[in-house]
Amino acid sequence: MLRQAFAITGLSIRSIPERWAPSLVIVIGLAGVVAVFTALLAMAAGFESTLKATGRHDAAIILRGGSDAELNSAFDRDSTDLIKQEPGIRPGADGKPLASAELMVIAELVRKDDVKSGANVTVRGVEPAAFALRPRLKIIAGRNFTPGVRELIVGRGVLAQFQGANIGQVVRMRGSEWTVVGEFESGDSHESEMWTDINVARSTFGRIGSSSVLAALDEPGGFERLRAAIAAEPRLSMDVLREQDYFSSQTRQFRATIGVLAGVVTVIMGLGAVFAALNSMYAAVAARGKEIATLRALGFGGFPVVVSVMIEALLLALGGAMLGALIAYLLFNNLSVSTLGQNFTQVVFSFKVTPALVVRGLVIALFIGMLGGFLPALRAARLPVTTSLRES
Amino acid sequence: MTRSGFVIANLFRKRVRTILTLLSVIMAFLLFGLLQSVNTVFSSGADFVGATRLFVQARVSFTTPLPVSMVPKLEAIPGVARVAYQQWFGGVWQTNTPLIMFALDPQRYHDVYPEWKMPEAQWQAFEHTRTGLIVGRQLAKQYGWKIGQKIPISSNIWPQKNGSKAWQFDLVGIFDGKDEDWQKRTNLAFIQQDYFDEANQFGIKGRTNFFILKLADGANAEAVSKTVDAMFENSPDETKTQTEKDFNISFVKQIGDIGLIVRWILFAVFFTLLLVVGNTMAQSVRERIPELAVLKTLGFSDGSVLGFVLAEAFALVLAGGLVGLALASLAGAMVEKATGGQFLLKLDVSVWLLGVAAIVLMSLAVGLLPALRARRLRIVDALAGR
Repeated sequence: MLRQAFAITGLSIRSIPERWAPSLVIVIGLAGVVAVFTALLAMAAGFESTLKATGRHDAAIILRGGSDAELNSAFDRDSTDLIKQEPGIRPGADGKPLASAELMVIAELVRKDDVKSGANVTVRGVEPAAFALRPRLKIIAGRNFTPGVRELIVGRGVLAQFQGANIGQVVRMRGSEWTVVGEFESGDSHESEMWTDINVARSTFGRIGSSSVLAALDEPGGFERLRAAIAAEPRLSMDVLREQDYFSSQTRQFRATIGVLAGVVTVIMGLGAVFAALNSMYAAVAARGKEIATLRALGFGGFPVVVSVMIEALLLALGGAMLGALIAYLLFNNLSVSTLGQNFTQVVFSFKVTPALVVRGLVIALFIGMLGGFLPALRAARLPVTTSLRES
Repeated sequence: MTRSGFVIANLFRKRVRTILTLLSVIMAFLLFGLLQSVNTVFSSGADFVGATRLFVQARVSFTTPLPVSMVPKLEAIPGVARVAYQQWFGGVWQTNTPLIMFALDPQRYHDVYPEWKMPEAQWQAFEHTRTGLIVGRQLAKQYGWKIGQKIPISSNIWPQKNGSKAWQFDLVGIFDGKDEDWQKRTNLAFIQQDYFDEANQFGIKGRTNFFILKLADGANAEAVSKTVDAMFENSPDETKTQTEKDFNISFVKQIGDIGLIVRWILFAVFFTLLLVVGNTMAQSVRERIPELAVLKTLGFSDGSVLGFVLAEAFALVLAGGLVGLALASLAGAMVEKATGGQFLLKLDVSVWLLGVAAIVLMSLAVGLLPALRARRLRIVDALAGR
């Protein structure tokens, strides 16, 4: 029986080129579904990987209680100094606690692709320890900013998406001029930021304290000690979060939104593709009616016929899925885009077409192919031999 | 038999094929309807506001506040009729539902935004109740708030003097929009700037995120914008002034280019559909070549044979398209109901018009080639099966 099935399948596949139009409908239909599905989820995957890469497990971010995001958080210099003295923070090379007070403000830059619209970009004022706390951050062009001077270093993502912040250019903020002196990369969401000295940022923006403190943890147990100590300090009302958790939690909403969109679009497009596949496979079976009847007359069973039609449908679906994944990869992989993050500033990220996504696309396509092949396969097996042979 | 009857009878000759094709068309237009209305939700907030108001924000970013003391200077500019301002409050309902909530001067805001409809007594109450709060109709409905209630709202930015972030306000008014566009946006909440200034812990007083300038009749928006920005140039409070419409557009653009995503998806959907329906039409014409030849023999002109085939394509796409758009309307209404009006997914007239245009284009695209083929048929060849 298996040999029969192989024989008929071989026959049917070899005859695909003769009836290419309906077969093409299945292939293109599924390519469309898989391309859209893969591209949408590649966007979610890219956003997630950028933010996941940002946080370290062995560092803690301290925000004013209940602020949710750095933008909303603010506290004074005394609190900042107090936090740095709490236990649980790992000492740096100089023996002092390795912690950086940071001030987050926002500057508007103009998009490259749409000169009419301003976009919010994070300006982060940092202390020297900030660089030790983010070892992945490297200056790739120009130099670092000089403390006490109105100079900026700019992330690679900012340069990719926005204009007016290239090295040597001047950015105006609150009536003062800032020179861009360097470009950095970090492989995470800091690439969407501009950095400067915290004290210069404070004086320009009229702020006296900080938005957050980032502290290296003295693991194991440093996180718990730090959190307990800050909770016990009556002068402080702060939230202490692992840096990694802080950034990961920011992806939840974006993932959920894209997930719903991808789900709805895939289901509807998928249904459309099932109907198209059914149509094509019915047509394929009809076109081969005489051939199938001949085989049946020669003694081939009904089951091998069913198998051959199903395999044909699945192969076409698989071809379509691979075409779709390839289209998504070629058009969108590593495409750099940006959206609003938790801090109401742009997070620049790239689409990531991952192998896992491609596999999921293939599974969906095979499922659709199966649905589209089954009924026509039954019809093929049940074709009455005599009438089919007589048909012209 | 009438001509239209003939077209329909031909369509249903291969019933399974026609129904399956119809279902594909329905799915495509269902998606079209839903995605287009999402797109409309994001691109709206622009068309209906007109250009009679200007938004003034700090040039560096609207998150950096400007001093309220700028009001007299702004009001002195020729062409400016009235100035209102609003300060972002960072309101949070219960544990983590953010509210779109601003602190503002009630009288000024009332003057600048006549589009909000609320009984004058409630405006008065808002002005004279320090802890007063007014909310839009949608918001009140969503949480079942009634006038006279005390509403606890926390702020994720501003603690009160005692360090507590749990504020409490007296609901003194519920406003609605003057038309459907404005009613859609009644998810806002407003409190008094005076009370906010007095009660916040940072002692931040007289600061605001936006000034809203109401222009005098006949004033030139662009000229006033330039005057404002020139006035504060080179100060720490440099401004950026744009029309309310432009502000809304660029605000939404910050989220991302939703329109672009929608266009890409719809391109994939319709390209696929083109092949599916096109293939069906081509097949059906191919099968009927001898019949078409008979029609011509009977005296039907080339043009009317072309018309028959085109009409079939049109009937197929029209039926599927209308059903698809109707389903999308239904689904949109259900989503709106399920989310308590939070997520508006209504197929408005513009989406339907676009849908009809897509139906016409799609019918032509799938019907034209087979129809031309039918028109070109030579009776002798067709009957001979050549």
